[in-house]
Amino acid sequence: MSAEPTHLETPLSREGIEALKTGDVVHLHGVIYTARDAAHARKADAIEKGVPLPFDPEGQVVYFTGPAPAKPGHPIGPAGPTTASRMDPYSPLLIERGLRGMIGKGSRSEEVRKAMREHGCVYFGAVEGTAALLARCVKEAEIIAYEDLGAEAIRRLVVEDFPVVVVNDLYGGDLYEEGRKKWRRLASRD
Amino acid sequence: MREIETRRVTDAVRDLCIEANTRLPEEHLRALRRALDEEESAIGREVIEKLLENAEVAREECIAFCQDTGYAVFFVELGQEVRFVGGEIGGAIDEGVRRGYEEGYLRKSIVRSPIERTNTGDNTPAIVYYDLVPGDGLKLTMLVKGAGCDNMSALKMFTPAEGVPAMKRFVLETIEEAGPNASPPLTVGIGIGGPFEKAAQLAKKALTRPSGEPNLDPELAKLERELLEEINATGIGPAGYGGIVTALAVHIESFPTHIAAFPVAVNLDCHSHRTASVEL
Repeated sequence: MSAEPTHLETPLSREGIEALKTGDVVHLHGVIYTARDAAHARKADAIEKGVPLPFDPEGQVVYFTGPAPAKPGHPIGPAGPTTASRMDPYSPLLIERGLRGMIGKGSRSEEVRKAMREHGCVYFGAVEGTAALLARCVKEAEIIAYEDLGAEAIRRLVVEDFPVVVVNDLYGGDLYEEGRKKWRRLASRD
Repeated sequence: MREIETRRVTDAVRDLCIEANTRLPEEHLRALRRALDEEESAIGREVIEKLLENAEVAREECIAFCQDTGYAVFFVELGQEVRFVGGEIGGAIDEGVRRGYEEGYLRKSIVRSPIERTNTGDNTPAIVYYDLVPGDGLKLTMLVKGAGCDNMSALKMFTPAEGVPAMKRFVLETIEEAGPNASPPLTVGIGIGGPFEKAAQLAKKALTRPSGEPNLDPELAKLERELLEEINATGIGPAGYGGIVTALAVHIESFPTHIAAFPVAVNLDCHSHRTASVEL
């Protein structure tokens, strides 16, 4: 994260993410969409029933978060990433439909990582526990679907300088695995 | 008998909800600052710096420092000479949670049932554990428990022969399995002893101890130190990006158990370690 960040505008192109490597710091600009557990379940249901999705995943970035309520004068409340693995059962469905980026925290399943490599999608980590800071990068927020889900509704966010780090690139890199290996000192458990 | 009006409990709970969610405890902030000195990985240090900056912004703006404002868990030490007037204590705590989460712009994260999953809309019910104690005091300790790290917690029933080595292995395995998902640097609550449910409850209660304060029992304090060292040798590091600070503190609570049993529960808390308490 100490390196100069790469600035990327959304939506992302395949070429745009091909240059990214695990560990790269990226600042995102533009529209990203929020979705977490319940919204993913509904999207999967929509796909199964052939109903159009609330937004076309092609080129888009989804942020796994359920923000806290906004104080008056703020576009959004604190909004840090939630554990991405809970979205693992659903993510390949969206990756196959052109999703280019996901923002969350925690490891992804091999199935998701394989879909990412095959179809061209990267997984970004944001630091959970920096929800108040991340909310400052959100300039606009609007619920576009599943309003009844409250914090879990799908929101269209406009972000500026939204800081993330590449966890899984297109080439099999995994920041969590590499970081742990590098700093591991448990000789007996290696 | 000392009489306490339940509306005082409601007011105190409301304030605790807002305080715990917007201000990290001083001991925890100190532990994070120490971690910043100790961490050798550059990316790990940056994560800790961001956590500290985030805590400052949350405090200044009086907003939650984590969007997962969790389960509202309360440990209540209730003096047996206290009599409540004006309502019942459980309802008073729930009303305080309702008001605190609404007025503090905190997220409502509780669903009515694990199967049906409709949000209760006000973060109730609170999770309340009562301890009846001598005297006429009333102490409420709140723990805001996020689900990401709670999900990575575990309990196992060992045998006396398996003992402490099995316990230590299990704690390490739980943390290795959690990896980045539990949002390190962690506070690790461990409950040993009692029957099944007691161990889990102790593990949760252990999290309410001021960060890094050792157990009064020197043997348990030694185990806490040893486990902390081993956990920090896993390499998981801040946010799981790699480093030498995976946990800030290990707290063990112990309770008598059965001649046939060695229950061990591990409850993980993320870097947003939120506790606050008040005496009425």
